[in-house]
This record gives sequence, C-alpha cells and structure tokens, in this order.
Amino acid sequence: METLSAFAYLISAVLFIFALRGLSHPTTSQNGLMCGMVGMGIAIITTLLISTGGWWMTLLGIAIGGSIGTVIAQRINMTALPQLVAAFHSLVGLAAVFVAASAFFAPETFEIGFDGEIYISSLIEMSLGAAIGAITFTGSIIAFGKLQGIIPGKPITFPNQHIINAGLGGFLFFLIIMLCATQLSFFFWAIVILAFVLGVLIIIPIGGADMPVIVSMLNSYSGWAAAGIGFTLQNDLLIITGALVGSSGAILSYIMCKGMNRSFLSVVLGGFGAQSSGASGGADYSDKQPKIGSPEDAAFIMKNASKVIIVPGYGMAVSQAQHVLREMADALKHQNVEVKYAIHPVAGRMPGHMNVLLAEANVPYDEVFELEDINRDFGQADVAFVIGANDITNPAAKNDSSSPIYGMPVLDVEKAKTVFFIKRSLGSGYAGIDNPLFYADNTYMLLGDAKKVTENVVKALE
Amino acid sequence: MSGTQPNEAVAENAADLARQAKQIAEEAAQIAMDASNYVADAANTHADYFFMSGLSVFVLACFVGYYVVWRVTPALHSPLMGITNAISSVIILGAIVAVSVPDFGFSTWMGFCAVILASINIFGGFIVTRRMLQMFKKKS
Repeated sequence: METLSAFAYLISAVLFIFALRGLSHPTTSQNGLMCGMVGMGIAIITTLLISTGGWWMTLLGIAIGGSIGTVIAQRINMTALPQLVAAFHSLVGLAAVFVAASAFFAPETFEIGFDGEIYISSLIEMSLGAAIGAITFTGSIIAFGKLQGIIPGKPITFPNQHIINAGLGGFLFFLIIMLCATQLSFFFWAIVILAFVLGVLIIIPIGGADMPVIVSMLNSYSGWAAAGIGFTLQNDLLIITGALVGSSGAILSYIMCKGMNRSFLSVVLGGFGAQSSGASGGADYSDKQPKIGSPEDAAFIMKNASKVIIVPGYGMAVSQAQHVLREMADALKHQNVEVKYAIHPVAGRMPGHMNVLLAEANVPYDEVFELEDINRDFGQADVAFVIGANDITNPAAKNDSSSPIYGMPVLDVEKAKTVFFIKRSLGSGYAGIDNPLFYADNTYMLLGDAKKVTENVVKALE
Repeated sequence: MSGTQPNEAVAENAADLARQAKQIAEEAAQIAMDASNYVADAANTHADYFFMSGLSVFVLACFVGYYVVWRVTPALHSPLMGITNAISSVIILGAIVAVSVPDFGFSTWMGFCAVILASINIFGGFIVTRRMLQMFKKKS
C-alpha cells in the first residue's frame, strides 16, 4: 500500500511539473492547467484512501473550502487579481501553521515520535515550516491591505527598523533551539506569534510600486513553507511541490528586481519611496512647461500614423481602461495603422498583470511584446501612446546618474516621433521622480482619467 | 508457641522472594525501557535517513523548478502565480492526516481548519487561473 501511494504521489509530482511546463506558451497552457488539476485530484484521493479515519470531516472541509474558493474565483474582477493572489498566499501560510500545530500536538499520528519526545529533526522542520507559514500569512495580509487600499500604499517606516527586524529574526532562531531542547508547547506558540509579528514588520515598510516583488516573494515563501511541512510529514510530493513553487516565486522576484534595477535585499529592506521623495535628484525642470494636448489632436495624429505603440501601466488597471483601449486600437487598425503593445516587466502590481488585463480586453497576445523585444521598434514608431505608466518610461534612468532610478531598464518611448502621455495630473511618479519626458518637444500630455481620455480619443477617431 | 518459629521463617522467606521478584521486575522494566529507547533511536535514525533522502529530492526539485519556470513566457506570469498558488496547497495532504488523529481534539480541529483553507486555495487558484488562461485563447 505504501509503495502504491508513493507511486501515486510521484505521478502527481510529474503532473505538477507538466502544469508549469505548459505555461511556456498560451496554446499549451490549458493542457498544463488540466495536468495540475488531475495531479491535485490524484494526490487528495490517494491520501484519503490511506488515511485511517476522519473521511467525513475531510470531505466536509473540502466542500466548505471548495465552494468558498469557487465563488470567490468566479466573482473576482480581473483588476483585483493582485489582491486575490496575495489573499490566497496568506491562506497557504496559515494552513501550514495549522498543520504544524496539529503535528506538534499529535506526533504519533504523523509518525514523528511521541508526545514530548518528538525527533529533533522533525521539530526543526516543523518549526521552520510553521515560522515561514506564519510570516507568509501576516505578510500577505499586509500586502493584500496595501493592494486593496485599506492600508496606505506608502512605505511605513520607523527608526531602527532593520536592527529590530534582525534582532527579532535572531530571537526566532533562539526560540527554535529552545523548542528542540525542551519540547515545550510554549516555545512552539512563541515561534508562531513572533513569526506573525515579523511578517507584518517585513512587509509594512515596502511601497506600493514594489508590490510585484513582494507578491512574488510571498509566492516563494508559501512554497518553502509547504516544503518544510513536507519534511515533517516525510512526504516527497509536498517537498517537490514546495520546491517547485519556492523556486518559481524566487525567479519571479528576481525578474521583477531586475526590471527595477534594484537588489532583492534593498526591496526587502524597504522604504524606497520614503527615502527618495525628499531627494528627488536629477535635473530641475521647474522652469519648463509641458505641452498639453487634446484627445482630438491625439486621434488626428494617430489616424495618420503608420505605426503606434501603446505603453500601459498601473493607471490603466486603476481606471479599467483596457477595454476602451482595445476599441481605440481596433479603430486605428481599420485605418491601416499598425498597433503594438509594449509591456515593461514591472508594469502593474504583479508579474504579468498588464498581459492579463489586455487579454481580458481581447487583445491578441501576438500584438503584445516584452521590453527586450520591442524597445528597438520605438525608433520607427510614429506615436507612442503611454497610458497610466510613468517611471518605466523615464529617460532619466538612462542618462541621469543622479536620478534615483538610474540604471533601471526603461522603454525608449522618447524615440517615437510623437509621444502622447495620459496622466491624471502633472504630479510626479510614485517615487517623486520628475520625468523629463513630460517636457520633451515631441511629448503632448493628455490630462485626465485614463479611461475618459481614451474614450474621447475613440470618439474623435469615429 | 513453638509453631511460630517456622511460620516466621516462612514469612521472612516470602518477603525475601517478594523483594527478589520486585528487583527482577525492576530490571525487566529497565530492559524494556532500554529496548524502547533503542527502538526510538532506530526510528530517529530513520527520520535522519529520511531527512537526507528528502533533502536530495528537495534540491533536485529546486533545479527542475528553476529550468521549467525560466521557460514560462512572461505574458503568462500571472497565471503562473495562480497555478503555483493552487499546487502549493498540496499542503492539504498534511491537513488530511491531521484530521485522521484518532482522539478527537485540538489537532483534529487544526487539521479541519487547514483542510478548509487549503481547499479555498486549490479551487480558487485553479479556477482563477482557468479564467485567466481562457482570455489568452486565440481569438478568431
């Protein structure tokens, strides 16, 4: 029986790998998803078959959780995706804490020793799993709050933050050692509570625009927590899946950091916006005035263009302008204008955020290009249409070494013959950095809400 | 009173025997304890053995994850988070074991809560990913 279940778990693990493999292209992604679901089904049924009891309770739990999950996932608005993912991460973290607690108080069922005599290796794995799970839980809740706008997106900092966090981290390891030495439940709960506090303290100083890194990082943590529990349960499937998810999240964090030219450490240490808002370095443009354009001008120039590149950012997501944007693109295509979309890796609030929103608006994925693939095209483009993006187009990142975002890869928007820049007001970006693009001779600002402005452009095009 | 002498001797003998029996029982208990310790040690080394094999699996899986995830197209990074979120809830296996704890109590309830949380994630994660991927279908 044990061999048989191990074999079933192996099949599940392979199916999970296929699920990730399927995402290498949109056409294979549906099959990949199917692999993932079948793998999960096999894993759950196998565990139910070999478990010694509690089937009804398990099935009841799955029924309750499954219906809640189904309703949420079907009702959620696609623009609220980053919040949803953050909320889901928190649940994995909390589940890891619960499983670890259960194992600590009923070690015999988990075959990791006896009450008060749990094997040291299991205790270490269990407490690490619980601690990472607890950090993931509260950290994701804070991230959720920031994305949802319940907690201010601005970095919240306090003096000696890093020293306090490091001290608490050290104390956490001390508690794990004490737990191994004494086997007292007091230390188990102390670890969990301290990790809850740490999760809040780690995420609270991080600004809204750094959220893509944080969401990926929490994704990674939820994987490591699952792997930690897998070691405790001596279950290879949990270890494999945890490792897959953990490395996936880590790679996404790396890609996001590279997209911002920031080290992972500097993001995690946080406080970016707060530090740079005072010293918004770079040249002073206060004597220059940006040119204000109208939607009618934009429509006229784009109609007579042969190539238009659209650069979406978080502002598009906020005002839900993706549908009307696609209408605009369709209208332009009717006039035989070539339309492409340029996506910066950190546009939006989670990895791939813009791609999903454009896909929701029925934009074909072969019109959507990543930074490296399209940056050369701006030189031949007649119009660059920037909607809801700012810092990812800032040329100061390339030529002004005093700028806080110097070195960050940016879209070469300024190389297009004409640039239209939709912006709510003439204020600067999230980090208080002035964008010289606003004052360029070929730039016209379209002031107003992204959706309303685009609607007016569409009207003018008809 | 002549009969009392042998009686006392018998009683003393019996007491002696009882003491010896007790000693033997204690020794037996000690041996049993040692034996159980040996068993526990053996189980402990079993756990250590699993740790090493588990670590091998873990490291290899990290490499598999590394190469597979780098091949994921950036356009599908959001669905990637959705799927990884759903499959990381495979932690439900631990929750199911927790629910099966024979004496109904704290551990069972913890397990039950974990089953609910993980199920929200499994269903929610897969369904939201499916919604995303359906948008990426080629439009005619």
